[in-house]
Amino acid sequence: MNKTDLLDSVTMAKFVSNGYLRFDEIIPKDLCEESKEAIALGEMDAYDKVGAPFYSLWEHSAMGKIFRLTTVRAIIESLLGPNPQYDHHYIHNKKAHTNDTDSLHQDGTYDTRDFGFDLLICFFPDDVSEKMGGTLVVPGSHFRKVNSGAIGRYQNIVGQQQLVCKAGTILFMHSNLWHSGRSNHSDNDRLLFKLRLNPTVEQVRLWNTEDINDSEILTILGERMPWHSGEQRLENINRIRLWRYMIGDPTPDFTTDKLWGTKLDDMPKVIYQDSVRSLDMKDSVVSE
Amino acid sequence: MSESKYRQKILILYLGNASLNSEVVGWSLYDGTTDDEADIIDNEELPYKSVLAAMRDGWRVIGIPTINSPLIGREHKTDYLQFEFVLEKMELIDE
Ligand SMILES: [Fe+2]
Repeated sequence: MNKTDLLDSVTMAKFVSNGYLRFDEIIPKDLCEESKEAIALGEMDAYDKVGAPFYSLWEHSAMGKIFRLTTVRAIIESLLGPNPQYDHHYIHNKKAHTNDTDSLHQDGTYDTRDFGFDLLICFFPDDVSEKMGGTLVVPGSHFRKVNSGAIGRYQNIVGQQQLVCKAGTILFMHSNLWHSGRSNHSDNDRLLFKLRLNPTVEQVRLWNTEDINDSEILTILGERMPWHSGEQRLENINRIRLWRYMIGDPTPDFTTDKLWGTKLDDMPKVIYQDSVRSLDMKDSVVSE
Repeated sequence: MSESKYRQKILILYLGNASLNSEVVGWSLYDGTTDDEADIIDNEELPYKSVLAAMRDGWRVIGIPTINSPLIGREHKTDYLQFEFVLEKMELIDE
């Protein structure tokens, strides 16, 4: 993989901040058609072996071609490394005129990793109109580990994004991002091919880091989301912790007077100065 | 069949902090006055800016969240929505 094909740091910071990246019409239409035929023929019906090296699978299928496109492979590599493993895939076919109620969830149950994450890759081989009730995500929800459908009572959250897109669009989601489907009120079925992949390496500096000191990164990590409201500081702390993990910053967590330990000198501004002071304060310092 | 001609509507408002006057960050509606299957799509408009605004429109507050300390070691973790207020309206139904 050429370094320049990989995602840049600014894009990675957006992933850390929002919990997903969206690429519109990244798959050519002919491959979308081919993949639909493969799905219709039942080629993708069976699960493959959990934990198999992903690029050992689907070599001669339409879906394999899609996930081997350089653009797609580069995005996966930037987030999971060059040799991710297959977890599972699923074909969601939401029939025309069917309801979906209270289905907000996080895939799986409590994820006990501190920083590592899987990718949920949602590929839409057809256009998705608003009436089709496409996948809805809650940006910035990926640090909130919950038990699967326990959040089903949350019907609407300020800032939620319901996907409306053209065929060939892919969402790359952090595995803990809150999401749901919505009712399909259109005359067409809605098709979604979902793939979950796991990393096999530490998710540190896997992307093109040439722009690692771009000042826009700090702005992105500090972006306010209205629904975080009183918890915005906490969310910013969680973003910065993940970012520091992903850039391989070895500074102990909020413990030394060289708090940030990197060229990211302005990080305190992202959390807000008063919180940073309290995070950095030690009883021993006070009593001396 | 119940003899009561009143049925309950429950509106749940998630607020930005513990104040009833803080901004709504999420909401849900459960309507016991109808047998029709609910669809979230009919409820996508922000209903009120705050709990107080809903009270002024006739909603009764029946549940207020407690304010909890975090567990030690989890001070900076976030998970479920913290400030969940439950409101009700009783409505007379047609026979
Ligand atoms: Fe899901």
